[in-house]
Amino acid sequence: MPKAILYDSTLCIGCRACEGACAERWGLPYNDKIAAEETISAHKLTTIVTHGDHFCRRLCMNCLQPACASVCPVGALQKTALGPVTYDAAKCIGCRYCMQACPFQVPTYEWSSRLPRMRKCDMCSVRQSAGKLTACAEICPTGATSNGERDALIAEARTRLAAKPDQYYQKIYGLSEVGGTSVFFLSAVPFEQIGLRMNLPRESMPMLTWRVLELLPDVVSTGSVLLGGIWWITNRRAEVARKEGPRK
Amino acid sequence: MTARFQKVVPKITVWRAIFAAILLSGAYATYLRIFYGLGGSTNLSDKFPWGLWIGFDVMCGVGLAAGGFTLVAMVHIFNIKQYRPVLRPAILTAFLGYLLVTLGLLYDVGRPDRMWHPLVMWNPHSVMFEVAWCVTLYSTVLFLEFLPIVFERFGLHKPLEWIHRISVPMMILGVLLSTLHQSSLGTLFLIVPEKLYPLWYTPILPLLFFVSAIGVGLAMTIFESWHSSRAFGRALELPLLASIARVLAVVMSVYLWIRFLDLLHRDAFGLLLRNRTETWLFLLEIALALVPTALLYQSRIRRNPAALYFCSVMVVFSFIANRLNVGITGLEAGSGTHYIPKWSEIAVTLSLVAVGFAIFRVIGEHFPVFEAHSAQPELVRTEEREVDPLAVG
Repeated sequence: MPKAILYDSTLCIGCRACEGACAERWGLPYNDKIAAEETISAHKLTTIVTHGDHFCRRLCMNCLQPACASVCPVGALQKTALGPVTYDAAKCIGCRYCMQACPFQVPTYEWSSRLPRMRKCDMCSVRQSAGKLTACAEICPTGATSNGERDALIAEARTRLAAKPDQYYQKIYGLSEVGGTSVFFLSAVPFEQIGLRMNLPRESMPMLTWRVLELLPDVVSTGSVLLGGIWWITNRRAEVARKEGPRK
Repeated sequence: MTARFQKVVPKITVWRAIFAAILLSGAYATYLRIFYGLGGSTNLSDKFPWGLWIGFDVMCGVGLAAGGFTLVAMVHIFNIKQYRPVLRPAILTAFLGYLLVTLGLLYDVGRPDRMWHPLVMWNPHSVMFEVAWCVTLYSTVLFLEFLPIVFERFGLHKPLEWIHRISVPMMILGVLLSTLHQSSLGTLFLIVPEKLYPLWYTPILPLLFFVSAIGVGLAMTIFESWHSSRAFGRALELPLLASIARVLAVVMSVYLWIRFLDLLHRDAFGLLLRNRTETWLFLLEIALALVPTALLYQSRIRRNPAALYFCSVMVVFSFIANRLNVGITGLEAGSGTHYIPKWSEIAVTLSLVAVGFAIFRVIGEHFPVFEAHSAQPELVRTEEREVDPLAVG
């Protein structure tokens, strides 16, 4: 059963415990200065972002049909059955197409490194495979971030929306965005007010390029026949012209 | 340009000084790239991961090399022999273009030591995977198409025959690979519908990239014929270039018409009423394509070398504007950031262009690239092998 994360902005108190736990899980430094950076980067894979009275979290959405994994020329990014989108740094050539393709602008890069890697949250793939919760969900003191089966979390989110209709904006972010993600957001206000991108296609992103790529064998085979045929015709014409030439 | 004088007195000229300055700055930028990484040598960021090295070096470099496949198709497959005199310069341009694109990629890719990975680690769902294979295979084909020039230069007849034997399938493969590669650079951006400004984002980007590449390939042929006629003191093949200009006018008309239909069917004309940077850049790009196209329909323009040259330059600039718009400026608003290349990015790009011009010149001087150089042996050879009209190049 695929796993997911539910982030409920109405429960978040902005304590940033998730940031610290995430830094620890990745072996990254974490201090007040880094806590104050409200953007994700190669040294901070998740962050709390303050939007007036509301908080929002940024982390990899681990999409059901991830654009990053589809565009990676070497298959360094993989969607696992368990839910996480994992990254194999040993394969990565650093083309950064995953960063360009990600509709949530999640992948980040070790820009100042001589041997750089892409960095992103992988929904604690290793921990989850071992049956443990993600580091962020485990440490969250208010239950704003919870981790579990995807279907169960969707049901949980719907229950919360129904139980307190006046406290929630009545939508779940991540259900249909880019064909569905493994991270869901609940909010008191419309999602654009907590910085979530709203102009996303409802369909899966990889289809956008696959629709063209799948024509490749047809184009190559038809093209070969066509070009070979044209050559044959024009060359025959030249041959005839040459043979008849001297008679004129 | 100042070539004729240089030959008499080899001294420091303005052009040589500029050339040296560009290469020096490029060398320092290379040092920064190697020792301080992409962060120390570019203005790229997490929100804007591709810059000038992709937008210009790769996307324009590949396009400007399109004369190679266009002319190979016209001369050898469609058998329009009259274009033969400009075929070899076009193949040389394409070969150098692809070498420089590969060199540029070594700068841009984060781990150039792993450039070979896509050849063994496959992901057929990735456009970048297709691009990597196209660059590799087509560079090989261009090398093979260029080899006869080298063989002729050193009088190696045996290998020359060998290469002629495989020339037809090789050229068909080359045209197919180019078709895929030119269009796939457009396909790359189909995955960013939420980032690329709607004046440029369209499902038919691959088609637009392909057609505009044919246009710019022809324009580059006129451009380089004009320059090499001056640099090497040859007569300009004006009737031939005028006839290419006719084809160019038609290709550009088709291209502009497709773009018009695309905006029409996507209901995107309203965007032109917005006073935004994107609108003006779009209008600039279209104007640079529209003006030369309209001019080239007039025979007095086609017969005037200066006007012809000016038109081809406009087409080239329009093409560059288009690729930069798709690859850089059209993505800024959607990415929520601004990008201005760092000096070192510009230095590397200018160095690549300068090196391209220099190598073209050296090869043009010492190898039988232009008909004038190879007229005599060429005549003898074609009579010997009358049955095989398909000699490469």
